[in-house]
Amino acid sequence: MTRLATDSGAELSLETTVTGIDPSGVVSLVSPAGLAELRPRAVLVATGARERPRSARLIPGDRPAGVFTTGLLQQWVHVHHLPVGRRAIVEGAEHVSFSAAMTLRDAGVETVAMVTELPRHQTLGGFALASRFLMGIPLLTSTRVAAVHGRGRVSSVELADLTSGRRRTVEVDTVVFTGEWVPDHELARRAGVRIDPATKGPMTDGGGQTSVVGILAAGNVVHPGETAGMAALGGRRVAQRLAERLRRGDFDRPVGGVEVRVVEPLAWAWPNVVRPDDVPDRILLRTRTFTGRRTVSVEQDGRVLGQARLRHATPNRSLSIGGGWVADVDAAAGPVGLRLV
Amino acid sequence: MTDTVDAVVVGAGVVGCAIARELARHGLSVTVVDRAADVGEGTSKANTAILHTGFDTAPGSLESRLVSQGYHLLVAYAEAAGIAVEPTGALLVAWDDEQEAALPGLLDKARANGYEAARFIDAAEVRRREPHLGPGARAGLEVPGESIIDPWSVTLALATEATRARAMLRLGTSVEGIAEGADEHLVTLSDGRVRARWVINAAGLFSDRIDRMLGHDGFTITPRRGQLIVFDKLARGLVSGIVLPVPTERSKGVLVLPTVWGNVLLGPTAEDLEDRGDTATTEGGIDQLLAAGRAILPPLLDEEVTALYAGIRAATEHRDYQISLHASQRYVCVGGIRSTGLTAALAIAEHVADLLRSTGLKLAVRDDLGPPLVMPALGEAQQRPYQRADLIEEDPEYGRVLCHCEQVTAGEVRDACRSEVPATDLAGVRRRTRAMNGRCNGFFCGAEVVALSAARTGRTAGQLTMVDR
Repeated sequence: MTRLATDSGAELSLETTVTGIDPSGVVSLVSPAGLAELRPRAVLVATGARERPRSARLIPGDRPAGVFTTGLLQQWVHVHHLPVGRRAIVEGAEHVSFSAAMTLRDAGVETVAMVTELPRHQTLGGFALASRFLMGIPLLTSTRVAAVHGRGRVSSVELADLTSGRRRTVEVDTVVFTGEWVPDHELARRAGVRIDPATKGPMTDGGGQTSVVGILAAGNVVHPGETAGMAALGGRRVAQRLAERLRRGDFDRPVGGVEVRVVEPLAWAWPNVVRPDDVPDRILLRTRTFTGRRTVSVEQDGRVLGQARLRHATPNRSLSIGGGWVADVDAAAGPVGLRLV
Repeated sequence: MTDTVDAVVVGAGVVGCAIARELARHGLSVTVVDRAADVGEGTSKANTAILHTGFDTAPGSLESRLVSQGYHLLVAYAEAAGIAVEPTGALLVAWDDEQEAALPGLLDKARANGYEAARFIDAAEVRRREPHLGPGARAGLEVPGESIIDPWSVTLALATEATRARAMLRLGTSVEGIAEGADEHLVTLSDGRVRARWVINAAGLFSDRIDRMLGHDGFTITPRRGQLIVFDKLARGLVSGIVLPVPTERSKGVLVLPTVWGNVLLGPTAEDLEDRGDTATTEGGIDQLLAAGRAILPPLLDEEVTALYAGIRAATEHRDYQISLHASQRYVCVGGIRSTGLTAALAIAEHVADLLRSTGLKLAVRDDLGPPLVMPALGEAQQRPYQRADLIEEDPEYGRVLCHCEQVTAGEVRDACRSEVPATDLAGVRRRTRAMNGRCNGFFCGAEVVALSAARTGRTAGQLTMVDR
């Protein structure tokens, strides 16, 4: 991927941090070489997403060392080769959670359980079977981590069974909070870009255009928690569209559009903005709950624009529906709503 | 270790460090002992970080006098040392009849404390100043002098200046007994002993125990826990200053305030505990704070939380500080210093020096103190290293941002590990630099911060994160 970028003439500035994007488009940088400012015609924000850490999940208790996210754990083990601990619990049972369990195994840490508040895991069946039978890790469903205890170092976690309400304490010295991806939207938001209330990422159309002229966004900052491959493909598509617009010379005009909103149990949809003259191939969707085969209805001001049959939906994994209905969107009317019927 | 020092200060919190600094700068030989491995590990590290004017202290009390003196001393000290202070002002907001009726009494109290700048403002003005407040604010009392400060850097700066004046810091050791002699005390520590002519008790949550070791029974610490929630920097725009509750008979209420690092704090709870070390947050406490936050500043709850923490205040059965001189015993007790102790610390230190002078002890400022201390700039309103071309040119490590959430550079992490009062664990690095304290809690930078800290402190990553104990 790096070769692809540099071969095409892109310049990579490593160890360089963007400290701000001015709404007028000035990008401030800092690196060991000093401070710098760029004034590009377009800024594409691809800052990705992070796993929601313990504090943001509001998990009370003590504040000992030994609390990780998968991202932290993997750099800890694979990049810096630091010691982790002996016994761990993994909160979450989506794709990345199983990846965390693998990393713990590589680091010689016993995973005593994976826990998820949902009634089932949310990964591919193969991963779940492998972790259960090859690594011997029990999966505790409908269970949450209610508190972390330990002075200095984690000594135990309190688990709450959501069905019975029962609580129990498990002795571990390590806790890994996995998944629950949150877009790293700070730079975009400080630049004045509107944030989608559902994804919490910058609100964009299918071409990655945000609410601010000159600023685009792509990848997991707009659709948090997709695989690296999906994020890369999304980035390439947005870059192609951007290149076209820059060539055409109409890049500096606001494009507008109609907002896409979702109704529970749908969690989010992307693109967040659509226009009838720009029909996306697919609309990405996520649900908060496991649903059987349901139909998504697309409506605008009470008018049904289209309906699509979904396959079984799993939280933390995306589904998609065709975007053909976008051609029938009334650009002058209210937001488009997606709901399960 | 049997050389006799002039004074042993028990407790390396903000008050103990201020006293040690004051005495050492006046020529006394001082040893500071603390059971924790770092300075400011008790009450000093987990408070609301407010620089109080003292407008609501009990008029005529020692606390009232020391807080209002300490306020001016600490403003000047922090400015000289480059410690972040923001004069945000505070607004007491009344939400119901009872609270509204309590405002005139608070204004009178402020005046009785010598604070003249407080004034009433009406509901429209409250809304103009804090437009994001929830519905129902009736009226307010403005206290323009209330400010926010970086409490960690204050304690560190005082400790650093104490050591520069040749005070000795003995951390990670606790006082097990004190034997009084004719000319000196023998203080038995868990890892040795100290002979000292004077004992200064600044032991915070444990000040009553030290007091009892010396045969006194004047007060008992009743630990009161305060839980707080820290919201991400993106919430900072929601409040302009400190939003205080109006205390009534029924409740002390919950505050919303900005921090000098650009976050927003919500808290504290007030729970009387048995265990002086129980700094855990609880589901009940967090729920209570969220409910209060939803009423006071509704949009705050849409922002991400970067930390939950709890601190324990050293409350006693008395309404005032418990500061007393026992001249014949060569003992000064500085107990019962509540959450106002951060503001009052420098005035408390001067007061203790005066008490010692009153016994005939000669205290004169040393003439070899060297240049004034300048602390690392951590405040959002200050110019941070990553923003300084001059600093980066001199040392490119200040251009290498490790922690993106808090914009902490490799240079700052290195400095924290080799400073005069260095970090000895990851929590110490975090307090000195802010690294990993942001919205990602180290998702991006944590491993690199630990690896670098290990390299710079000479401790292993396992020691820094207490894998092996």
